[in-house]
Amino acid sequence: MSRRNELLRYLGARLALAPLMLWLIASLVFLLLRVAPGDPIDALLGPKAPAAVRAALRQQLGLDQPLTVQYGHFISNLLHGDLGLSQASQEPVAGIIRQSLPASLELGVTALLLAAVVGLAVGFSGIARPEGKLDLAGRLYGIGTYALPPFWAAMLVQLVFAVWLGWLPVGGRFPPSLLPPTGTGFYLLDSLRAGNWSQLQGTVRHLTLPAATLGLLLSGIFDNALRLNLRRALASDYVEAARSRGLGEARVVLRHALPNALLPVLTITGITVASLIGGALLIEVTFSWPGIAFRLQEAISQRDYPVVQGIVVVVAALVVMVTVLVDLLVALLDPRIRF
Amino acid sequence: MNGASFPDAPAASTAALIQRWQPRTLSGRMARWGVGIVLAYALVALLTPLAIHLGVLADPNAGLDNPIYAAPSWGHWCGTDRLGRDVCVRTLAGSGVALQVVLIALLLALVVGVPLGMLSGYLGGWVDRLLVLLMDTLYTLPVLLLSVVLAFLLGRGLPNAAAALCVVYVPQYFRVVRNQSAQVKAELFVEAARSLGAGPIWILRRYLLRNVITSVPVLLTLNAADAVLVLGGLGFLGLGLPETIPEWGSDLQQALTALPTGIWWTALYPGLAMFVLVLGLSFLGEGLESWLSGNDTERNAL
Repeated sequence: MSRRNELLRYLGARLALAPLMLWLIASLVFLLLRVAPGDPIDALLGPKAPAAVRAALRQQLGLDQPLTVQYGHFISNLLHGDLGLSQASQEPVAGIIRQSLPASLELGVTALLLAAVVGLAVGFSGIARPEGKLDLAGRLYGIGTYALPPFWAAMLVQLVFAVWLGWLPVGGRFPPSLLPPTGTGFYLLDSLRAGNWSQLQGTVRHLTLPAATLGLLLSGIFDNALRLNLRRALASDYVEAARSRGLGEARVVLRHALPNALLPVLTITGITVASLIGGALLIEVTFSWPGIAFRLQEAISQRDYPVVQGIVVVVAALVVMVTVLVDLLVALLDPRIRF
Repeated sequence: MNGASFPDAPAASTAALIQRWQPRTLSGRMARWGVGIVLAYALVALLTPLAIHLGVLADPNAGLDNPIYAAPSWGHWCGTDRLGRDVCVRTLAGSGVALQVVLIALLLALVVGVPLGMLSGYLGGWVDRLLVLLMDTLYTLPVLLLSVVLAFLLGRGLPNAAAALCVVYVPQYFRVVRNQSAQVKAELFVEAARSLGAGPIWILRRYLLRNVITSVPVLLTLNAADAVLVLGGLGFLGLGLPETIPEWGSDLQQALTALPTGIWWTALYPGLAMFVLVLGLSFLGEGLESWLSGNDTERNAL
């Protein structure tokens, strides 16, 4: 079969698997609520609520209907983008998520860019002398950034730079004295597009500490991935061949080893970042950054089940899609992948 | 970092393994540091309840007689928190709690994941495919998200927190064990054993378990490091353990509200304890991995 056809078949199979996984996640979340010990009404109202209130809520949530009917409703609502109403505020859950997602994405993307630049630089710096001081420092850097509890690292950064030195704001996304920029919900883009200097300044000042913290914490993944794969590439036959042809070391590293090392880096970081972003986003709570994790924490403390369920399903869907996209990207870029 | 698939360690003799122990390399040194740190935590975990019982240390929940938010002093080396409880004692007591929950969670994950993976890999067919799809889906989800859902549903409590953590790690053991089982199944010596009349249980026990067990210790240590962080994350979100149990994550959540006023001691010590424990477990796992794979310079990346 030609390469083109093979690639298309692989893409098709991978894309077909994604909705299956999404369906599985949604069903799991649904099932968990129903098989979890205890009555969900108890969880929402507490065991001492009067019987009439309990019955009313049971009917409102559709919990009095058979399980199969409930499941049908849940899936069909999900397909229509309806995630139910918040117990605490009666707002649609989809609206809450739409409001807070841009904040998370803005923080996440800025941090990832920073992480890639710093992590790849640290990982690359050790290559001149394997097992040398720089290389070992890079390895320790990778482990150290992983071992730091993200929310604690954020607290220390906040304490030093915001509380003691007072250079940057303690938390929040935008100065309360200003009107936030409108449009896409991405404040950096919006304020740039509007050409509003004070809005941009406020956005950047609030974004700096959270993005820098998250970026440095995630940079260890890039550092580790590049260091390991670069070393593997440098030990391979084609690098040996290039060296024996008399090519300079710089050319061997940059033109032969590096391109081959970067592809696995893409796969590894894609997977790891997707799985780590949940833990790392806890720094939203530390910095009161009004993103999805901050909302999740709020919903947890209010025992607002529909919001928790909605956020989990949406974030899980995003992670599955990112994983699939990274897979597809690698398949497109790597001429060797055959399935 | 976690959930990596490891190369089959060749069945090396103990003498050969000891010979590979080269403390001059970074992995060797890391492994030593890791052992030291983890042992120190285990010791603290054992001695703290004893010291509290004997009255050498204060009760981690008692604090009404103390001044609140007192800075570190001779009376309270790490200061007191918003209820006047001693931060040192709470931090020390937290190590026992963390180790306990993580140990229970990982043992549970092992007990569920390993047999399931062995069966799935050995049986193959649609059972295998279904289980793989399910486990892959769970594996794709961010670790914290999955345990947040479970901890939210199960409520607070020690077994509940362990159960919420356990589910996260089952897919990792399943994957490693399943892939190795599927590989070993096709080997000639298994074929030979089967033709001699060996039943599936014999084959699973005799050939699979021994091959599989070599890759488990590394995964276990690295997962323990991860689980400490996840447990802390749960506590920080107000989930996991009951409020009466001193736990680093929930102590940090409480420290957060006082942080803008410059109270640093309630935030510093519990987080530091968590960081050093995770560091120790990561060192141990990394060192163990290079040691078992017999190659100190090259690690498996994925």
